[in-house]
Order: sequence, then structure tokens, then C-alpha cells
Amino acid sequence: MVVTALSFDFTNGFHDTGNAMATSIATRALPPRIAVALSGVLNLVGAFLSLSVAATIASGLVDTGLVTLTVVFAGLAGGIIWNLLTWLLGIPSSSSHALIGGVIGSTLAAAGGHAIQWHNLFAKVIIPAGLSPVVAGCVAALGTWMIYRISQQLSEGARNRGFRIGQIGSASMVSLAHGTNDAQKTMGVITLALIVNGTVPATASAPFWVILTCALAISIGTYMGGWRVIRTLGKGLVEIESPQGMAAESASAAVILISSHFGYSLSTTHVATGSILGTGVGKKGATVRWSVAGRMASAWLLTLPAAAVAGAAAYGLASLIGGSAGVLVDLVLLIAVAGAIYWKSRQTPVGHHNVNAEWTGSVEPARVAAAPAAA
Amino acid sequence: MSAPVPPAPWVDWTALWQIVVLGLIAGAGLPALFAIGLRALRLSGGRRAQAAGADAAAVAGGSVVGVAAAAVCFAVVLAAVGWGIYAIVSGA
Repeated sequence: MVVTALSFDFTNGFHDTGNAMATSIATRALPPRIAVALSGVLNLVGAFLSLSVAATIASGLVDTGLVTLTVVFAGLAGGIIWNLLTWLLGIPSSSSHALIGGVIGSTLAAAGGHAIQWHNLFAKVIIPAGLSPVVAGCVAALGTWMIYRISQQLSEGARNRGFRIGQIGSASMVSLAHGTNDAQKTMGVITLALIVNGTVPATASAPFWVILTCALAISIGTYMGGWRVIRTLGKGLVEIESPQGMAAESASAAVILISSHFGYSLSTTHVATGSILGTGVGKKGATVRWSVAGRMASAWLLTLPAAAVAGAAAYGLASLIGGSAGVLVDLVLLIAVAGAIYWKSRQTPVGHHNVNAEWTGSVEPARVAAAPAAA
Repeated sequence: MSAPVPPAPWVDWTALWQIVVLGLIAGAGLPALFAIGLRALRLSGGRRAQAAGADAAAVAGGSVVGVAAAAVCFAVVLAAVGWGIYAIVSGA
């Protein structure tokens, strides 16, 4: 159970490295491997810094009284499967939504509609998710426009060098914010499981070992690097220059941190994608690949229901077989699916060597173009 | 089943506009200030800038005032970042 939660945390880090580091990698402000290492460390630090979000995700959305261990497990399984699938396609979908969707799906299958706090689900998750990319996009667009106005007299070389430093700083803030937000979601789920199990009282906050293992899992996941997602964000949406990268990362960091101050745990993914789009809109003559953006938006809409279906299916299967045997079958199936997706991804690997290759319409770089991109 | 304490509104407009305004100040204002700092840093003592094609890519120019102004800009940006981290740690 705990292992499954930690694997989810791992895929979360893995999936979301791109949010913070895609632009730094695309503009060559940082070498790819250094970027993911930095992001991993900052995620680790971030996970320890703040502990305020952890409780809300678990208790506000479903009726904890009706949740069993199997439900939580099935929910996590649904989240992991969706995360891996979108990673294979290089789509930066929201890990938080995958988790929430999975848990809601399995709760629905187990206890029915009354166990879900629909109003909270809309007010705290779905509506903010729709608004956040728009807000972040506007901030980033304005920031980009101002930066280019102010720095237009600088030579290209001076501008790029200066903004690369700013970009590293702002991207680090996003990594930190990601650690404070996303590691906590998993902590919340593990704590929920412990509460359900009766190990800790219902009002307990996350025990230390939970915090530690979650922090480690997310940072290792981050370090492994979701190169496919990084590629889509850094190269697929907009061709990014250093000043745009800085504008995008600053907008993301600001919106995420300020929103979490107001108790909205936003999806880092949605905010970062909105910012990157905004920075493309804010710069004259930049091309924004709206078709790529559209593909992402439809994936976002699908995330909650799809993860919910996967979670419900996992629960259904587990309860059909019954008992721990059911959970075991689920686990084996989960590992099999994960293995299959991994195997499929190896057919056209995307790694630090070809992450910046010319965008040719899909996440899989043309084989010829791969070699010169290694810098 | 006990009804939840007063149902929260679908959209919290107060929070939303505060997020937008603060987001604009921090997310767009700070990078702009950083850009002003860079530009100030690049200010040089007059003709040298035009003449020196070779070091056109250098970040720093020659002007003392420029360097000082840049230092102020960067200090404000750093202070804002520090405050942001403090806000996370204190869990406000």
C-alpha cells in the first residue's frame, strides 16, 4: 500500500520535472542532466518546507468514513496508470488530477455517489484548474511583453546571458513550489491510509517517516527526468528564448505560491503550461503551436474521468476476487501495465541526448536529428 | 448526514482577484525589474558602448551609476524571492 503510494509519488516527480525545468533545458540555460538534478534536490527541500496542503486533499473530497484501504490502493493504481500513459505520449497532464480522479473513481465504485463531496470537488479542484492556466498565461504574457520592451536595446548575447541566470533562479522556485505542493498530496494519501487502518488518529498530521519517504520518492522521480514531457513543454508548444523562459517560470512560481497561500493546491502542470503558452503570446512573432496546446487541453479534460475509470476498474477487480488476493492481482496487473508502457517507450527513447532536437510534429524526435542535439 | 457549514461559493472572487493582482506584481513585475537591472548594468560610459563591437555580448557596461541601479534592482528581486520562501516555510 505504502509502496504503491510512493510509486505514485515517483511517477509524479518523473512526470512533472518538465514543469520546472523544460524551459531552462530548451534555452540551454542549464545542461539537461544538471537541470533535473537541481530540480530533484529542490523538490526534496520543498517537500520538507511546508506541510499545510497535505490534509486537505485527503479529507475534503471524499467521505473518509467510507474509504477502505482497497479503495485508496485502487485509486493510486488508477493514478499511476494514467500518469504513465500520458508520459508515453509526452503530454504534460496533471498528476494531482490523476490522483484525485483515481481516488474518486474507486470511492464511487466502492461506496456510490454520496461518498463524494461534489461541491468541494468543483469549487476546490475543477474550477481552479480551469482558471489557473488562464491567469498564469496572462501574467506570463504581460511579463514577456515588458521584458522585451525593456531589454530591446541589449544585444542578443548580453540579453540571453543575463536572463539565463534569472531563468535558473525562477525555475528553481518552481521546483521548490512543486515539492511543497505535490509531495504533500502523496503524504496526504498515505496519511489517509494510516487513518483508515487505525494506525494514527483521524486528526493526525503526516508522521515523519511518511514525509521523508515521500520527499525522497518525488525527488528521485524528478531526477530520472520525464524527458518526453520536458520535450513537449520546452520545444513543442513554443520555441523559447531565455527571457521568455524567465517570464514563464516567474509567472508559474508566483501563481502557484500565491494560490497555495489561499488554500488552492493547483496543478503545477496546468500553471506551467499556461505560462509557457502566455510567453509565446506575449512575444511578437513567436509561433505558438495551438494544435499541441489543444491536444494537451483535451488530455486535461480526460484526466479526471480517465483516472477515475481506471481507479474504479482496479477497485472492481480487487473486490470481485476479494480480500488480499484481489489486491495482489491488481498489483501484478499494475506492474505488468507499467512494464508494457516502459517497454513501448524504449522503442523510441527520448533522453537527455535528444530532448532538444528539432520539433517535427511529435514527441518522438527524428532519428537523424537526434545526434547533433547532444550538447 | 449533517449539511456542510455554509456552502462555499463556486468561485471565490475575492481570492481570484487577489491572486491575479499579486500574481501580476510578483510574476510579471519582478522579471521586469530584473530586465531593468540588466539594462542598467549594461549602461556604459558613453562612446565605448558603440565602439566596442567585440564585447557587445558582455553583460556589464562601464557606468558606476548603472551598476548601482542594477544592484538595487537585483536586491529587490532577491528580497522578494526570499520573502516568498519565508512565506512557504512559515506555512502562512
